[in-house]
Amino acid sequence: MAPTDTDPGTRPVVLDVFRFLPDAETEPRFQRYEIPYQDDHVVLDALNHVKNEVDATLSFRWACRMGVCGSCGMMVNGEPRLTCEVFVSEYYPEPIRIEPLAHFPVARDLVINMEDFMEKLPTVTPWLVPADPKPVEEGEFLQSPAQLAAYKRFSMCINCMLCYSACPVYGLDDTFMGPAALALAQRYNMDSRDGAKAERANVVTSHEGIWECTYVGDCTRVCPKEVDPAGAIQMAKLSYATDWVKSMLLPGANR
Amino acid sequence: MALIDRHYVRKLPATWWLRKPTYLVFMLRELTSVFVVAYAVFLMVMIGRADEAGSFAGLFDALDSPLGLVVHLIVLAVLLFHTITWINLTPKVVVLFRDDEQVDPRLVAGANYVGWVVASVVVAWLVLR
Amino acid sequence: MDVPVHDVLIVGGGGAGLRAAIAIAEENPEITVAVISKVYPMRSHTVAAEGGAAAVIKGNDSLDDHAYDTISGSDWLADQDAVEVLVSEAPGEMIQMEHWGCPWSREPEGEVAVRPFGGMQTERTWYAADKTGFHMLHTLFQTSLKFDSIVRYDEWFVTGLVVEDGRPQGVTAIELKSGEVHAIGAKAVILCTGGAGRVYPFTTNSAIKTGDGMALAYRAGVPLKDMEFVQYHPTGLPGTGILITEAARGEGGILVNRDGYRYLQDYDLGEPLDLDDPLHPQKRTMELGPRDRLSQAFIHERAQGRTIDGPHGDYVNLDLTHLGERTITRKIPMVRELAVRYVGVDPVTEPIPVRTVVHYMMGGIDTDVEARTLLPGLFAAGECACVSVNGANRLGSNSLTELLVYGRRAARSAAQFVGEAPDVSLATLRTEQEAARQRISDWLSTGSSGDDTVAGLRSILNDTLEEGAGIFRDESSLQRACDGIRDLKQRFEKVRLTDTSATFNYELTAALELENMLDVGEAIAHSALARTESRGSHQRTDHPERDDERFLNHSLAYQTDREPRIDYRDVVITRWPPGKRTYGTD
Repeated sequence: MAPTDTDPGTRPVVLDVFRFLPDAETEPRFQRYEIPYQDDHVVLDALNHVKNEVDATLSFRWACRMGVCGSCGMMVNGEPRLTCEVFVSEYYPEPIRIEPLAHFPVARDLVINMEDFMEKLPTVTPWLVPADPKPVEEGEFLQSPAQLAAYKRFSMCINCMLCYSACPVYGLDDTFMGPAALALAQRYNMDSRDGAKAERANVVTSHEGIWECTYVGDCTRVCPKEVDPAGAIQMAKLSYATDWVKSMLLPGANR
Repeated sequence: MALIDRHYVRKLPATWWLRKPTYLVFMLRELTSVFVVAYAVFLMVMIGRADEAGSFAGLFDALDSPLGLVVHLIVLAVLLFHTITWINLTPKVVVLFRDDEQVDPRLVAGANYVGWVVASVVVAWLVLR
Repeated sequence: MDVPVHDVLIVGGGGAGLRAAIAIAEENPEITVAVISKVYPMRSHTVAAEGGAAAVIKGNDSLDDHAYDTISGSDWLADQDAVEVLVSEAPGEMIQMEHWGCPWSREPEGEVAVRPFGGMQTERTWYAADKTGFHMLHTLFQTSLKFDSIVRYDEWFVTGLVVEDGRPQGVTAIELKSGEVHAIGAKAVILCTGGAGRVYPFTTNSAIKTGDGMALAYRAGVPLKDMEFVQYHPTGLPGTGILITEAARGEGGILVNRDGYRYLQDYDLGEPLDLDDPLHPQKRTMELGPRDRLSQAFIHERAQGRTIDGPHGDYVNLDLTHLGERTITRKIPMVRELAVRYVGVDPVTEPIPVRTVVHYMMGGIDTDVEARTLLPGLFAAGECACVSVNGANRLGSNSLTELLVYGRRAARSAAQFVGEAPDVSLATLRTEQEAARQRISDWLSTGSSGDDTVAGLRSILNDTLEEGAGIFRDESSLQRACDGIRDLKQRFEKVRLTDTSATFNYELTAALELENMLDVGEAIAHSALARTESRGSHQRTDHPERDDERFLNHSLAYQTDREPRIDYRDVVITRWPPGKRTYGTD
C-alpha cells in the first residue's frame, strides 16, 4: 500500500542539512534528505539514519546520545540544540534545517572547530586551588549541602558550546572568553574549598572577561543543563566589583 | 563569509539583533537605557529651573500640552519596559539559598517589584501632597 | 611533520587516561606525557556513569567487606590480590578526587555521603547526585589542565601500535581535522580506551566504545582476558538503551513484572520487605542483588510471559513512585530527566519501563596488578583492561573506582619503565607511519567499489553477537557467532567507503572501529565457546553449573592467523576460598 500525504507518519522527515567539504568546495550548500518518520526519533537519530542508510559522507560529532557528553550540538532551525535531546516530532512534518553551531568556524559539514574554547578554558584556572591545603591522609574537606548547592549548577556544564553559539558578543568578537569558561571560573570561585578567586581575577575581570558580557542572556536560555552562565557572569561582576570597592575603602584588607 | 585555514567562517551581519526575539529584547533594553538617562537629565534640569523660579507651577504649565502628554506616555512606556526587563533579570545576580534549597527566583524579582512600587508611591506622595 | 616523541603516551582521555596523565605530571614531572584520544577528553564515556564510585570511608564498613562483596559478586573469578589493591587504595583515590574539587554529595555536617548499591553489604558508594561519572571526568579533565606538561592530541584516531624489539615504540594515528597520518613515539604506552559495548546492538555505551585499545593490544600479541564476561545491566530504557542507574534501586526503587509483582523474590534473591519498612532497601537482597542475576531473572520472566509487551520489545517496570518527588529530584534527578525526555514517563507518578541492556566488559587486555601487560612497556587501565577485579560479574560502582586506582598504578609502572627503557626507534616509526598512510590512501581510493557498507556490516556483527553470545548462550549459538564473525571479517576486506575526503572522515574511522569490533567480537565468541560452565554473566544453557575444577581460571584469547587460541591462567586466591554465591540470606 502506497503511503499517502494525508496519513500521519507516512510523510517523510525532510532534513535540510548544511554541507561543506573543505577538500572539494569553497562554499557550503544545503542538501535535502528525506527519511522515514519515527515518532521517537531525535534529530541525531535522523542524522544517523542518513549516515547509515543514505549518505555515509555526512560528517557530524556524537557519542553518548543521552545529553551528557556534549558532542552533538548543532543549529536546528536556527536554534542551538543538543540534537540528541530534540525530537523530530517537534518540527515534523515541516522541514528541519540543520547547520553547524553558529559563531564557530566550520571544519566540515556539521563539525565545528572549537579549539578556541579549548585554548581559553585553561586560562581561567578551572580547577580547585584549596584555600587550606592538606594531605589526602587527613581526609576530605568538609562542605555542607548548602555550600555545595551554592556552586553546584555552575559545575553542570558539559562544554557543549551551545552558549557560545547563542552569544552575539562572542559572535561579533571571538576574543571574548565566553559564557562556559567564565561560568566555570565562577563555579570554582564559589566553591567553599577554593582560595584562588584573586588569582582568577587577571583573566576573568580582563577586558575579554566578564565586563565584555552585555547580558543578552541567550546563553542561559539555550543551556541544556540549566547551568545559567549569564547568571554566573553577573554574579562574578557583582562579586569582583564588591571586592574592588572593599579594597578601595580598606586598603590592605584581605580580600 | 570566508574560507580561513580550510574552515568556513560565518560573520555576523550588522542586523544580527533582528535574528531572534531574545536579541531584539536585549537591544531594546539597551536602547531604552538611553531614554532613561535622557529623561533623568531632563528632569534634573527642569527641577533645577523650578528651584530658581521657586515653584513647580511653571514646570507643570510647560508640560501641560498634548505634545508633553504624548512624550510622557512614550517615556513612561519605555521606562516601564526597561524597569520590568531589568527587574526580571535581578534573580540571576541575586541567588539566595535557604539551606541547600534555592529561594524561588520569582520571590527575588517580586521583592524588587515591591520596592519599586513603594518608592514610586513615596515619590508620588512627596510630589502630589 | 616530524615524529614527536614522548616518554609516555596514553591512548584514551577518559577517567583512567586522565588519572594516569595527572599521576605522571604530578609524581614524575621529569617524564614527558601525552594523551591521544579520538574525541575531546570530556566526551569520553566515563561522563555517562551515573550512580557512583565505591570506597570504604564510614566507620560501619571495612576493606575486607568491600573485598568480599567484590569477590563473591565476581563469582570468585576476580583475582583476589587485585581486589585487595582496589579496595585498599580506593579511599585515598576518592579523597584525592575530593581535593581536586569533585562535587560529592554531602551529609548535613559536610562529610561525603554514601549510598547503597547492588551486591554491596554496606552503603559505600560515593556519589555526586546521579551524575557521578560526569563530575569525576570533568574534575579530572579540569585538573589535568593545571599541568602544562601534559600534551594532548585531541581528535586523533590511533590506527596501530608500533612494536619493535619486543616493546612498543609508539603509535600511528590519523589527525581527524586534516586527515594526515602521523607517528607518535613513546617509550611506554598506556591503553585507556574503555569498553566495547558497541559490538552489541542494544547498549548503554556511547558510540565511541568500540574496543579500540583491546584490538590494538590483541593485534600486538597481547591476550584478551575473560572476554566471555559481558555485563547486561538490568535497567536500560527500551528503544534507546539509555541507562537508568542502579542508584534508583539504591534509593529504594523496585522492579515489578506485568502483574505488579516483585518477581526477583522468585530467583533466589531473598524476600521483599514492605516499602515502608525502615530496612528497605535491604542490601545484597532483591533489587540490590548483583546485575548478572537481575538480568537473568528478566530473561526468565520474559520466557514465562510475565514481562510487558512494548513497541521496543519486552520490559518490566522500575517503580520509584513511593520515593516521593523530593528524594527523586535531590538524589536521582537525572533519572527523572532521562525518563521524562526519552520515554515520556515522570517517575514521580509512574513506573519507568526498563529492560536488560549491554553495559560493561568485565574482560579486556590482560594486565597484572601493576597494570602491566605481557608486552613490556605496554600498560592498560580502566574498562579496556582486565586486572581482574571484576571476574565474572562487576558490582556497580566498582568501575569508577577501578579506573582511578589502576589508572594511577599504570602511570606509576610506566614511569618506572621509561627510566630504564632505551630510546625509541624513529626509523621504525617512520616506516610504520608510511605503511599506515599507504593503507589509508589505498583504502580511500579503491573503497568505493566494495560490496558492503560499514553500517551494514556493523549491524550484522551486532545481531550475530546478541543472538550467539547474549545473556544465555550454548555451544551451537556460540559456534554460529564464531562462524558469523569469521565470515564478516572476510566481507570486511571489501567494505565500501564512499567518503574520500581527508577532513573529519567519520566513515573511515567507523570502518577502523568496525575492524576493531570484529577482533573484539571474535575474542568474545571464542572465549565463550571454550568456557563450558556457567559463572556470573556467562550462562551456558548447555553447562548450567559453575565448574571450579576446570574453570577457576581466566581465559586468555590470543590472536592467530586463523581462529584465536584460548589459554587459561589460574585465578589468584588469597583469603576467600570459592564459596556459594548467596544473596538475600546472608
